[in-house]
Amino acid sequence: MQRVGTPGEPAGAFRWLTTAVGRLLVSLFVPTITFVVLWRVFIFLRDTRAPHWITAGVAIVWGVGGVMALFFLANMVIEQLPVRWRTRLTPFLFVGPALVILAWYLALPTVRTFYASLLDARGEQFVGLENYVYAFTSDAMLESFRNNLLWLVIGTGFSVGFGLLIAVLADRTHPLFETFIKALIFMPMAISMVGASVIWKFVYEFRPPGAEQIGLLNAVVTALGGQPRAWLLMQPWNTLLLIVILIWLQTGYAMVIISAAIKAIPRELLEAGRIDGADEVQIFFRIILPTIRGTILTVATTIVLFTLKIFDIVQTVTGGNFGTQVIANEQYNQMFRAFHYGRGAAIAIVLLVAVIPVMWYNLRQFAQRTEAFR
Amino acid sequence: MSNVVRAVRTSGTGGMSTWARAARRRAGQLPLHAVIITISLLWMTPTVGLLVSSFRPRDAVRSTGWWTVFVNPFDFTQYTLENYAAVLTAQGMGRAFLNSLIIAVPSTLIPIALAALAAYAFAWMEFPGRQTLFAIVVGLLVVPLQMTLIPILRLYNQLGLSGTFLGIWLAHTGYGLPFAVYLLRNFFGALPRELFESAFLDGASWFTAFTRLALPLSVPALASLAIFQFLWVWNDLLVALIYLGGTEQVAPLTVRLSTLVNSLGQNWELLTAAAFVSMALPLALFFSLQRYFVRGILAGSVKG
Repeated sequence: MQRVGTPGEPAGAFRWLTTAVGRLLVSLFVPTITFVVLWRVFIFLRDTRAPHWITAGVAIVWGVGGVMALFFLANMVIEQLPVRWRTRLTPFLFVGPALVILAWYLALPTVRTFYASLLDARGEQFVGLENYVYAFTSDAMLESFRNNLLWLVIGTGFSVGFGLLIAVLADRTHPLFETFIKALIFMPMAISMVGASVIWKFVYEFRPPGAEQIGLLNAVVTALGGQPRAWLLMQPWNTLLLIVILIWLQTGYAMVIISAAIKAIPRELLEAGRIDGADEVQIFFRIILPTIRGTILTVATTIVLFTLKIFDIVQTVTGGNFGTQVIANEQYNQMFRAFHYGRGAAIAIVLLVAVIPVMWYNLRQFAQRTEAFR
Repeated sequence: MSNVVRAVRTSGTGGMSTWARAARRRAGQLPLHAVIITISLLWMTPTVGLLVSSFRPRDAVRSTGWWTVFVNPFDFTQYTLENYAAVLTAQGMGRAFLNSLIIAVPSTLIPIALAALAAYAFAWMEFPGRQTLFAIVVGLLVVPLQMTLIPILRLYNQLGLSGTFLGIWLAHTGYGLPFAVYLLRNFFGALPRELFESAFLDGASWFTAFTRLALPLSVPALASLAIFQFLWVWNDLLVALIYLGGTEQVAPLTVRLSTLVNSLGQNWELLTAAAFVSMALPLALFFSLQRYFVRGILAGSVKG
């Protein structure tokens, strides 16, 4: 870092005085200017009627540049301090911003949500465990528990199953072909759950009998001689059809990780099995599957986490109606439709408790997997 | 199957001529390829349907299935760009695309910058409480962001931050940080110690060692992390819905698209075009930066 104080010629006390005053001025003046500039731009952005693309550019430069400016500023101020203080403070300059934001956005809100879950709708009266009673006994929540269980079991099961199947099959084809196929299956991972919801809602589109079907599913059904149906209104099939969207999205993820694990199995191990006379099915169940069991569990727990917190798909396709409610969407409803903050908070806690054990397991596995990430 | 594979793997052993072996291999590979190709086609069909429909005129989309274009796929009179023109302007998807960019770029760069600084300190600096603080950061990975919505929204309402880009940048920063710090700390921690020692002997400050050593050596990790965070923000619906709301001035693609699903209902020619606009950038990233993209998603899969 450049020293910003004035390295003036005059000796002794005078020099000390000028540098001290210089440092003081710099450490007061520059921050003030920075803050003023950042504030002015904020006001500009808030009130501007300039064309969108100008606003966009200014906003991005302001957001990213602002953070950097603040950091350099803090760094500069610390550089002005005596060495002892500098060594003591520098680590906190590095971890400080992250810790402040984490405390502000995750740690404190978690505590406040706990507190809010014990209060009434508007967060004024203490109501004890009333919200938790709601969270475990109301119809909407019981329906959500059932559906989240369906999401968890079916969604995770099929994503991992298909991922495993495709990984094993593709492993036996030409490498170029394999790469191509895997790219195709993985591609949905790039798509937002909202986008995927539109894609699949179109597949499930219903036209009355007699009219030409424009949704793929009903077209297939009528072509086979069946009656077209409004699939998304039919309980309990509609939840399953929503889960199909998740399977479509997550299979690629399962496939890529499982495929990497299969490729890491030593060739000699498979050869030894073959020499001992095992056929390919036995090799799969006796050698491949036991070897990659850990990987499969990791993939499964990751998708379990997704299913526990599933929100976008349900919100976009059915809005949680027609018996498709899930925990995260019910929480959203309580907070932003019913404005019952207490219940919303209690449901959030339920979600947290459900997530903790899975996440804990997953993190332990991930510590080992970061090796592969390098 | 087993004989075939064995014949291929233990090449040169006995009996069969090369030709016979190749023929048997091909015969065994045929069902395998058939299954894989069927699955891939199945996987692609919904996306193809969306893409085709987005280029068909309104009346055609409403009266016939999108697959009917394949009767005569090179008849270009059956395609139109009108749907895209309509969603980008009249339906506000153009504005939403810009909003998504405004949201996603700082929401990617800010958390990664802050996380890199913190991870570097956690990996290489000595300070009181280092282990405890890091353990807390990792512990926060467990917190689902639903836990934080109510308190933060109330705070935002008091501060006037709800509905502003600054508010959502900071929110995404908060939600992205635990994972980013965790990942980068692991990465920085694995860099060779001698590298830093020699740098400090040459008189480098902590900050120089950070910008000249730690960052350049971690470009692959940073790129993967950036792609993951960018995608996560770009594809996020919940955070945007809550902190920004649905007003067209600030709504990103996901929120706008979600609104259109409700308001346009049966106008599939517009909905499909709008959906494709929202997918265009992630797909472009996927096809151009596939290696980083895949690594980013795999690395990011434990995010809270």
